[in-house]
Amino acid sequence: MWRDSVLVAGKDLRIELRSRVVLNQVIPVAALTLVLFAFALGPDRAPMTRAAPGLFWVAVLFATVLAVQRSFGLESTEGARDGLRLSGLDPAGVFLGKAAAIALELVVLEGLLTVGVVVLYGSHVRAPGALAAACVAGTAGLAAAGTLYGALASGLRVRETLLPFLLLPVVAPVLLAGTRVWQVALGIQAGSPQDPWLRLLLVFAAVYLCLGVVIFGPLQEAS
Amino acid sequence: MAPAVLLRAAVALTERFPALAGVDLVVAQGEAVVLEGPNGAGKTSVLRACAGLLPVTGGEAWVLGCDLRRDRTAARRVVGLLGHAVALYDDLNVVENVRFAVRAMGADAAGVDDALGRLGLVGRLRRTEVGRLSAGQRRRVALAVLVARRPSLWLLDEPHAGLDAATRDLLGSLVAEALAAGSSVLLASHEPERAVPLADRVVSLAGGRVVGERPGGRAGGAQMGDPARAAPVRPAGPARPPGATDAPVDSPGRAAASARGGVHVA
Repeated sequence: MWRDSVLVAGKDLRIELRSRVVLNQVIPVAALTLVLFAFALGPDRAPMTRAAPGLFWVAVLFATVLAVQRSFGLESTEGARDGLRLSGLDPAGVFLGKAAAIALELVVLEGLLTVGVVVLYGSHVRAPGALAAACVAGTAGLAAAGTLYGALASGLRVRETLLPFLLLPVVAPVLLAGTRVWQVALGIQAGSPQDPWLRLLLVFAAVYLCLGVVIFGPLQEAS
Repeated sequence: MAPAVLLRAAVALTERFPALAGVDLVVAQGEAVVLEGPNGAGKTSVLRACAGLLPVTGGEAWVLGCDLRRDRTAARRVVGLLGHAVALYDDLNVVENVRFAVRAMGADAAGVDDALGRLGLVGRLRRTEVGRLSAGQRRRVALAVLVARRPSLWLLDEPHAGLDAATRDLLGSLVAEALAAGSSVLLASHEPERAVPLADRVVSLAGGRVVGERPGGRAGGAQMGDPARAAPVRPAGPARPPGATDAPVDSPGRAAASARGGVHVA
């Protein structure tokens, strides 16, 4: 399973390095989201600073949808989906590999968005460890859930429109918990960043990673 | 030794439509069988069922000793399918695509260079992204994947389509080499002048079932350019090893055989 996941992640990342879709399209869309919200909230920095954590995670969520669509779009060209099924790869390995590639792309995106939040919204990072932990746990959950729902939607003709409809409500806990941890980490709210919200992010990631390992195979065959 | 393919009254549905309506087919190990028949006869469905891509919902389906009714993914590491669509990634180059396919099945990637060389995918072509290749070149890459993977069962769906004359000749050599190495080949084709000389038997399909069979070119039954007339069509019957007794042919079989200009036994 691990060997297969490394193989699939390597393949997806190599394709991304070659095509640069995430770099040239997904990251600019996420950055634009931040800029547009900055315009919408007006010139006063106070509301922007307060809203920064939520806007960061909204931008990450939108980017997740695009990254997942791209990841499964690769497998829908000609017979690539059949090819992946016929390859003999362990479905759990395929799931983990695709999720790992998406997660790595999202981590790069989050790094850039964090800089954007600091520059555009004037936020100050008080607890960088908590910030990073929330990003890692949240990203793992988003990538796992996204890969699972991406596989579910991949065999359907309406997958482009169906995926956000399926995925966004499911990942609402990541938006909520990620925002709460960030609010503490940016000093907007008092409290310990290790409080239940970070644990919720970890549990969400663990549940979807386990779920994906178990059901990705049947899902791949059925879709 | 278990046959490479054993389908007995195999039924498969695509949505509610019966793609296979009780197919009886045996392919022995080391044997080459050509599937022929009109569009919609079930040729591609037989190949996809043998590859475990199309679930068999009735009857029996065994591929290389794996029961596809129980686990249709079981035989995937030992079969190779060349379908209408090539299973390649446009953004990876030729050698990356072949290497990925070979590593995915856990095989040694040492044979990749040989396979690319056999298919003439050398020099600048090796490093060209597959998305930039012509349809024929892409098909050659897909063939190189098969050659490098060395599957025990080759499933070829219209393999000559889109290939130039030289590569068509090469395909014949590759199939012969695979057979000599003990692999089995199941090939669907609308080009009997190319396909029949490669085969031990030619099986006719119509309406999702087998309606007749005749010897192929390897059995001395058909010559290139005149495959249909060289040997009589044997009537369809339940799945049986080569050489077993015949069973009566049904009327769709006669109709299909007549349409092809073949001779049938009543």
